[in-house]
Amino acid sequence: MGGQQQKKYERGSATNYITRNKARKKLSLSLADFRRLCILKGIYPHEPKHKKKVNKGSTAPRTFYLLKDIRFLLHEPIVGKFREYKIFVRKLRKAYGKGEWAGVQRLRENKPSYKLDHVVKERYPTFIDAIRDMDDALSMCFLFSTFARTGKCHVQTIQLCRRLCVEWMNYVIASRSLRKVFLSIKGIYYQADVLGQLVTWLVPYQFAHNHPTDVDYRVMATFTEFYTTLLGFINFRLYHSINLAYPPKLHSKSETELKTEHEEDYAMESESYLEKLSALSATLSRVISAPEDEDAELDHFPAEGEDAEALQVREKQQKGLDAQKRLFEGLKFFLSREVPREPLAFVIRCFGGQVSWDQSLCMGSTYNATDETITHQVVDRPNVDKKYINRYYVQPQWVFDCVNGKMLLPVEDYFPGVTLPPHLSPFMEEKDGDYVPPEKLKLMALQRGEKPEEEPEEEEEEEGDEANADEDYDDDEEEMDNKEAVSVMVTPGKVKAENKMRLEYEEKAEEKHLAIMMMKKKEKYLYDKIMFGKRRTVREANKLAAKRKAHDETLKANKKKKGKKD
Amino acid sequence: MVKFLGSSRTPAAFLHGDIRNTVGNVPMEWYQDYPHIGYDLEGKKIFKPIRNKDELDEFLDKMENPDYWRTVHDKMTSTDIRLTDEQISLVHRLQSGQFGDVNFNEYEPYIDFFSGETMIHPVTNRPQDKRSFIPSLIEKEKVSKMVHAIKMGWIKPRKPKESDLQFYDLWAKEDPNAILGRHKMHVPAPKMKLPGHEESYNPPPEYLLTEEERLAWEQQDPEDRKLSFLPQKFSCLRSVPAYSRFIHERFERCLDLYLCPRQRKMRVNVDPEDLIPKLPKPRDLQPFPTIQSLIYRGHSSLVRCISLSPSGQWLASGSDDCTVRLWEVSTGRCMKTVEVGGAVRSIVWNPNPAICLVAVCFNETVVLLNPYLADKLVYNATDQLIASYVEPEEERPQPVQWQVPEIEDSDKGFRLIITHPKSVKQVTWHSKGDYLASVLSDNSNMQVLIHQVSKRRSQNPFRKNKGLVQCVSFHPIRPYFFVASQRCVRVYNLIKQELMKKLMANCKWISSMAIHPGGDNVICGSYDSRLSWFDLDLSTKPYKVLRHHKKALRGVAFHKNYPLFASGSDDGSVIVCHGMVYNDLLQNPLIVPVKVLKGHTLTHNLGVLDVAFHPTQPWVFSSGADATIRLFT
Repeated sequence: MGGQQQKKYERGSATNYITRNKARKKLSLSLADFRRLCILKGIYPHEPKHKKKVNKGSTAPRTFYLLKDIRFLLHEPIVGKFREYKIFVRKLRKAYGKGEWAGVQRLRENKPSYKLDHVVKERYPTFIDAIRDMDDALSMCFLFSTFARTGKCHVQTIQLCRRLCVEWMNYVIASRSLRKVFLSIKGIYYQADVLGQLVTWLVPYQFAHNHPTDVDYRVMATFTEFYTTLLGFINFRLYHSINLAYPPKLHSKSETELKTEHEEDYAMESESYLEKLSALSATLSRVISAPEDEDAELDHFPAEGEDAEALQVREKQQKGLDAQKRLFEGLKFFLSREVPREPLAFVIRCFGGQVSWDQSLCMGSTYNATDETITHQVVDRPNVDKKYINRYYVQPQWVFDCVNGKMLLPVEDYFPGVTLPPHLSPFMEEKDGDYVPPEKLKLMALQRGEKPEEEPEEEEEEEGDEANADEDYDDDEEEMDNKEAVSVMVTPGKVKAENKMRLEYEEKAEEKHLAIMMMKKKEKYLYDKIMFGKRRTVREANKLAAKRKAHDETLKANKKKKGKKD
Repeated sequence: MVKFLGSSRTPAAFLHGDIRNTVGNVPMEWYQDYPHIGYDLEGKKIFKPIRNKDELDEFLDKMENPDYWRTVHDKMTSTDIRLTDEQISLVHRLQSGQFGDVNFNEYEPYIDFFSGETMIHPVTNRPQDKRSFIPSLIEKEKVSKMVHAIKMGWIKPRKPKESDLQFYDLWAKEDPNAILGRHKMHVPAPKMKLPGHEESYNPPPEYLLTEEERLAWEQQDPEDRKLSFLPQKFSCLRSVPAYSRFIHERFERCLDLYLCPRQRKMRVNVDPEDLIPKLPKPRDLQPFPTIQSLIYRGHSSLVRCISLSPSGQWLASGSDDCTVRLWEVSTGRCMKTVEVGGAVRSIVWNPNPAICLVAVCFNETVVLLNPYLADKLVYNATDQLIASYVEPEEERPQPVQWQVPEIEDSDKGFRLIITHPKSVKQVTWHSKGDYLASVLSDNSNMQVLIHQVSKRRSQNPFRKNKGLVQCVSFHPIRPYFFVASQRCVRVYNLIKQELMKKLMANCKWISSMAIHPGGDNVICGSYDSRLSWFDLDLSTKPYKVLRHHKKALRGVAFHKNYPLFASGSDDGSVIVCHGMVYNDLLQNPLIVPVKVLKGHTLTHNLGVLDVAFHPTQPWVFSSGADATIRLFT
């Protein structure tokens, strides 16, 4: 036995991880700075595979960072900036204390600041990586852009967030990449398809926020700091990818259209351009002015290893997608003042519709309510004062349901004052065995091009009644037979019909049961777990179906009662 | 003295003009302990009123005095003053925030002293300072210093301020080599869960919670809730309020992103059907019993044990109702009922077809019974065999007592009675039919006894007590003896008189044991609902442990000819398995469950108590606590 004695925890996974406190000491940063650095650089704790080994035998709950991550932070230039900032604050405080106002001024001018460009590049080495991680960035920016410009964070941040959001929305409109919209009780979910990546974001409803006290806004602000940088670069690249000028410029033609006499009523000179952009009603100018419609038919070549059938399916999908992109093309919308303007204008414009609103509502309205060519007016009030004959009056849900259904739905269900059909989530993709609400089934039938049946329920009921009556009749006959048999006292032996299918099924079931008995313990556990999950989903689906049935029955009963009363 | 600016005289007079007490503006508490409260203008003491008003006086005053509401108590003189109408109107004005003076006009036009217009006359008449037209020396000094500093290069021009947020094409030179090794360890944060139908502002009605569900939701801890929000329905988009926890949820997401430890977890994505082992189809493994065909009724209490005659024609059963019944297998007819003196614990038919004897044990006795159910030659030969015993010349001390029964007992068919010192729980025959082993429920070294019927001799093979013996069995071919204690099975070589093997069953406790007719495999049933199969050539550990039953196993049995074994349990079922043993030593036995037979009803939480196979047919018999014996064919 030679060599030195091996000590424990000096090799292997114990040396790959480092606790948070140790990491902080290694970087000689305060906890707050360490947090900021982690947020900006995207460093997060890792859960080691063998926690006890990493924790050197202790089972105390600790968070571990990868040692490599922390080493990587050591060379970060931002850390130096953090220290500079700390010194700056100290100097500033001193200057204030001494009343050296010139010094304060000078210090203020030389306030250390840092850029996050390199961090963005480092965290997302390719553009697709950045797009893939956009969800949180967008949701956060949309939230910050709705904050009031007081208190909680810097006004510049809010303005920047608003600008980036408007740019993003304009990009989505220009590229027509919106796919799904969902009105939830939390806000509005949007899903866009950007370069083949699905980006989902959530926008709160336009209300003043009730700022909670148990939320650390500094953490959120740090995240926003990174997200704004990220979004800016993404926007830049996206704008260039579809040949738009960045920062966005309104198309000269539409700009003149938008020119109103009382622009200064709406916004200050400095802000009016952003406001005009955020109205979302004008097209953006392109770097190279392209012809109006550039939808040249592209030749499709089958990808390698793809047979004709797959190609056909893909072509069909592509066609469907193109049709969806032009969903509202040729339609002219007018928004009443009680409907949320921004989401509706955004959605309608994303699918090629024209949209306008009352001039006093917001900047950028292009036509008035009196315009005869308007096809749809979106209203959310039960009654409208003045109605025009040649347009539909619909509730806002119609627009969203059309987008999710990928087709123009019949407007009758969405007239003002009408009880709306349920608004379904487009994100749910039901597998077989899951519960599918009847409305979804109806929508799917509509999409396949089937005509909705007129009141199928009542017919069914009648049929059912008839069937019941038939059965009753049959029963009577049988009883008669029995009576006769009793009187004769001799009955011919009946051949017991063996249900072959049933027998076979039973045999199969028994076979399976016996095979399950022979399973190994480990596999049995896994099998039981899977089956438990399956049974639970079935149970939940059944519960929903039963609930729906009960609800429909009570509705029907109420209807009948009403009918009788009438 | 302060001059009051008001024009009205009365309040002034009231406050200052009419000074009756000259102590000045001091707290009147200082005079609490004195009879006076100050001095008048002449310097005489002002005395306190003789009697202070108490609350009753106050109340009476309030009730009777019409001017009470306008009466004010003056602390300085401790007198009551009745306010005049003018004073009251002043108080009212002040209370409503108006000016005290009635005539004051608060809306008079403002006259701007420094107006925007340029006047011809200066505002002040002060002559100009000299320093306002002579260049400042101090400034010159400062400027020259700065000039010098600039010349020397100490002061540099201000750096042009970088306008931050210049966006450019960051990914212009995307190269895949820039992907660091770190990115390989990167665990991307899981995306937010996409909303389902229940989150809609107008969900289908089945997604709304009922009253009970809502209450249950409210009582749950926020962490336990399946939904983090209450589904709600709004009739129109206009009425949807702001979501109160929006910022919270966003913040929680932020915390998750930078505080939550991440780990890559592989989700098992297996089809559950793939997990089920592929076994040969039971249909291919026929014959085995599949259906219940006969029920033997007659016992009035639980039937503890059954045994079949070597010919397979007769069935003997012993029950707690102190009877032994003998049945014809094919008809279910009870041929004979023999009363014995206690609950029958075990009954075994002699495996030798040339002898017609049944060993029955109850209480402390083991009785050898001739049932007269065989060829006449055979049972007469058996009687002769027992009668031909010649007493040995020298009597050896025996642990048990051998007796020839009385006449009335011998009429019942009893041929020999072996009386043990303790109660007997099991008997078993050697395959030749001469030796008989019995198990005593005793905690001494005398737990197992081996009797030789032809010589009426008994011996205690073990010197030491090695645990409570549950059951014993002879090897069908070789001179081996299996003793099952609670945790293990010991295999002894009877000729060499030594322990050969100790099979560890890993169960609590062994209830029953059966030896494969080949002799190389043993199965043990246990009270913890396991059946362990031992391959003696393989290991002393179980080759397979089957946990098919839900409750304790009571009986196990091997078939003599067919590769079948059965186990009966307290859950009322008999499970028949195909247990193929190959002659090739390299091939392990194949065990496939083929049938679950149900029929016995549970009584006193007991189901099947014993199982036995027919010696030639693939039939299985089971006796149950419901006082029946059932035949499955």
